[in-house]
Amino acid sequence: MTSNNKDKPPASGNEPLLQVRDLKTYFFTREGTVKAVDGVSFTVRRGEIRGIVGESGCGKSMTAMSILRLVDKPGRIVSGEALFRGEDLLKKSRREMTAMRGQQISMIFQEPKSSLNPVLKISTQLLEVLRVHRDDRSVPVKTEAAVEMLRGVGIPDAARRVDNYPHEMSGGMAQRVMIAMSMAYAPDLLIADEPTTALDVTIQAQVLDLIRKLRDDRDMAVMLITHDMGVVAEMADIVTVMYAGTAVEEAPTIELFEEPLHPYTRGLINSIPVMGQVKDRLEVIPGRVPDLIDLPPGCRFAPRCKARIEHNLTRCEIQEPHLIEAQPGHRVRCWLYESDDTV
Amino acid sequence: MASYLARRLTLAVPVLLGILFVTFALARLLPGDPCRSTLGEKATDEICDAFNERYGLNDSILEQFRIYINDVLHGDLGESLKFGRPVTELMVERLPVTLELSAFAMLFAVLLGIPLGIISAYYHNSAVDVGTMIGANMGVSMPVFWLGLMLSYLFGVALKDTPFWLPPTGRLTAGVSIQPFYEAWGWNVDGDALTFPGFIANINTLNAILIGDWNGFRDAAKHLILPAMAVGTIPLSIIARMTRSSLLEVLGLNYIRTARAKGVKEIGVVGRHGLRNAMLPVVTIIGLSLGSLLSGAVLTETVFGLSGVGRILYDSITGRDYTVVQAFTLIIAVVFVFINLIVDALYAYLDPRIRLE
Repeated sequence: MTSNNKDKPPASGNEPLLQVRDLKTYFFTREGTVKAVDGVSFTVRRGEIRGIVGESGCGKSMTAMSILRLVDKPGRIVSGEALFRGEDLLKKSRREMTAMRGQQISMIFQEPKSSLNPVLKISTQLLEVLRVHRDDRSVPVKTEAAVEMLRGVGIPDAARRVDNYPHEMSGGMAQRVMIAMSMAYAPDLLIADEPTTALDVTIQAQVLDLIRKLRDDRDMAVMLITHDMGVVAEMADIVTVMYAGTAVEEAPTIELFEEPLHPYTRGLINSIPVMGQVKDRLEVIPGRVPDLIDLPPGCRFAPRCKARIEHNLTRCEIQEPHLIEAQPGHRVRCWLYESDDTV
Repeated sequence: MASYLARRLTLAVPVLLGILFVTFALARLLPGDPCRSTLGEKATDEICDAFNERYGLNDSILEQFRIYINDVLHGDLGESLKFGRPVTELMVERLPVTLELSAFAMLFAVLLGIPLGIISAYYHNSAVDVGTMIGANMGVSMPVFWLGLMLSYLFGVALKDTPFWLPPTGRLTAGVSIQPFYEAWGWNVDGDALTFPGFIANINTLNAILIGDWNGFRDAAKHLILPAMAVGTIPLSIIARMTRSSLLEVLGLNYIRTARAKGVKEIGVVGRHGLRNAMLPVVTIIGLSLGSLLSGAVLTETVFGLSGVGRILYDSITGRDYTVVQAFTLIIAVVFVFINLIVDALYAYLDPRIRLE
């Protein structure tokens, strides 16, 4: 995949739009407490695409759901802050949150076709966003508005398409509809949770292009959740790598790929097949993601970590490392980089 | 949509023909003969020969069936062997009673069952949910006649002289009568022309609404409460359980998450996005419940002293009154097929994916 966004410097220096601090979301199940999100912090700035990457079950989607306060029982946001334009979303009333969703913060999902209601026309579902957020309830919403929304995401024959039902559309088309829906109010922040995972590669590129274009046009912030390092490389300005409910590394994309610090990130990058390079076997990270109910006492990655053995580190399995700034703008949670005086 | 319904309608024809044939055959397979059970001790061999000749019972079964089908297609359901009156006349008398009772029972079941199911699903595993589901399981295992007896004892006897008293028998309080709407409107009808207006007029509550007789309506409706509760309890329980499980499943789906993420309020999430999708199996169950409802009505009518289809069907089966058995079975079948047609139409309305098939 080629990349064209990296020539543009990440929009930094401005005030963060979203600041997540020490977010914890636990699920209280019969088997025990599942620490799905366990102390995650990051910021998203206006005009920036923040990649959140990690394997399934590392808590990246749950982080997004927590920001929108859409965590279902038995899950609960236990602590932390999610400051959106300086106001803590986690302290807002349900009514205030409902008003923000879809208007100031929008979200799109992994499986676009099942994310649309099968019994309602596309136009109905598009216009619903306008309907629920309009200030003056007496002003009717017009079908033309739905057509405009579809045109905005490059759907050909939009006037006819609004009368379709979701089952009459392809996955890529449905994801465009989802994007159109999420763009209705030009939100400040778009959360895209694996937006292209269920799509063909060509469609995937189109959808990613669309998201990037909308970001450029509207100076919107994007929180892009994915497990695909290729998508991260192509899209993100800055990346947070998550592992077992925590952030283990955070760096600008180029830096992360050129010089990954955390052994887990290195493992992820090494496991990407590179075109033209002949390898007998792809690198793998041995072992499995730890059980989120019964986490290892020290570093969560320690049981799978080769670097721990190579460097003969003893405290990894006893004490959890902190997220420290190892290099300017490059943070990592690993005992390799943390000396006693940084604690 | 129209072609979909036309297809369904065409399919109903062989179903009805099949039902005609089966009831016709079953009625004649019953041991015993109509002459002796109708005329009793007066029946001598000569009289019975004449009786059989007169009603065409000496013809072969196939010939009888041919004549019967021919008559039915011409709108003639025959004459009761026992009462010597046209079956249509009996129908005008009896069918409205059962239809009215069934409609009230269904109304009771749907209007209570669906909201209970919704509340249970939305607050699932809460005290409300557990309570409702225990109630529903009890309701579904309750024999209709027993429930009927208990209700009439409780409301008719135990609560006598309290404001909660309800009439345990009959359709109207003695002395109350509701003027047929066609008389009130000055229509000049009698004889065969009376069949349809007479039928409508015999649905007391509907007739009372048509002429605006609210006291009459109240009295008729009051008499319907207990039997409707007795017949409606099983469908109510089934509908509540089905609504709950169906909605519970739907509320976990991706598009519900989308609806929440776009800022739809909870009431819209459940109402607009959840319910419409959850209604498909519920609509099916409502359609099917009408079957158990009509059969439940047979027993309930006896308990509450209502002279509806249930009673006459029972009497005519024991009395080998073939034409009446056939006619009422046919009518129930037609009602059933018609209701299922409505269910199919609702399906297509609720789910656009079905319209394509």
